[in-house]
Amino acid sequence: MGTFYTVHFWLFSALAIVAALAMVTRRNPVAAALWLVNVMFALAALYVMLGAHFLGAAQVLVYAGAIMVVFVFVVMLLNLGENDVQERRSMGAAAASSLLGGVLAAELLYVIRSQPLNDSVLQPVDNDAMAPMANSLFTENLVAFEVTSVLLLVAVIGAVVLAKRGKVAGEART
Amino acid sequence: MIREALYVSAILFSIGVLGVLTRRNALILFMCVELMLNAVNLSFIALARLHGVSGQVFVLFVMTVAAAEAAVGLAIVISVFRHYRTVDLGRIRLLRG
Repeated sequence: MGTFYTVHFWLFSALAIVAALAMVTRRNPVAAALWLVNVMFALAALYVMLGAHFLGAAQVLVYAGAIMVVFVFVVMLLNLGENDVQERRSMGAAAASSLLGGVLAAELLYVIRSQPLNDSVLQPVDNDAMAPMANSLFTENLVAFEVTSVLLLVAVIGAVVLAKRGKVAGEART
Repeated sequence: MIREALYVSAILFSIGVLGVLTRRNALILFMCVELMLNAVNLSFIALARLHGVSGQVFVLFVMTVAAAEAAVGLAIVISVFRHYRTVDLGRIRLLRG
């Protein structure tokens, strides 16, 4: 691993962490969504650096492209401003949450640190980005792959049914 | 670089948990859940360098489930917003429709 690799690895890691912190602390949902897009792009770069070229591209297309567009679309559809949600937390609750998050981070870091990881012997990165994944996906994971398509169909139908302003449900409630 | 990637993944996951614990806005809560899914994806991809390509295949499935979850979850948020006129989780207390 050369210096170029290391510098960019830490660059994108720092970008992801800073953008994630900014995302968690923004009051405006649109600003939070844009910071989350920033995290997604930094993670896509990290995926590519770890040898998952196809997943880096899929990350940009699926997460930064599709999912975040849906988020921003919903935020703008609901026309939410900064003051619609009151983040009224007592200091004690905020401190307790921060403590829990910090303890979780410390635990995870400790566990990773204490694991014997032999990263001198790495799997070779195939220049053919798709072939190894496709081999696994369309042979041993074929059933799971097909079930995934059913899941997406169910999700699409479910989303339409839930968000539809139905005659019975919509008028009875509003 | 594997261990470092796992560190980054752990930190991102903790930030996501922190967001879920502290925020009241349902949409930002969803974004924090997406952040946690992404952090797990990063550790899968890092470990795929050690244990073979099946980690990457799993990330593909996680992405699909995340897309489905975002679609259904946001539809629920829209539906709840229509009822309560807010996405403030402090004011949405009843599951009753």
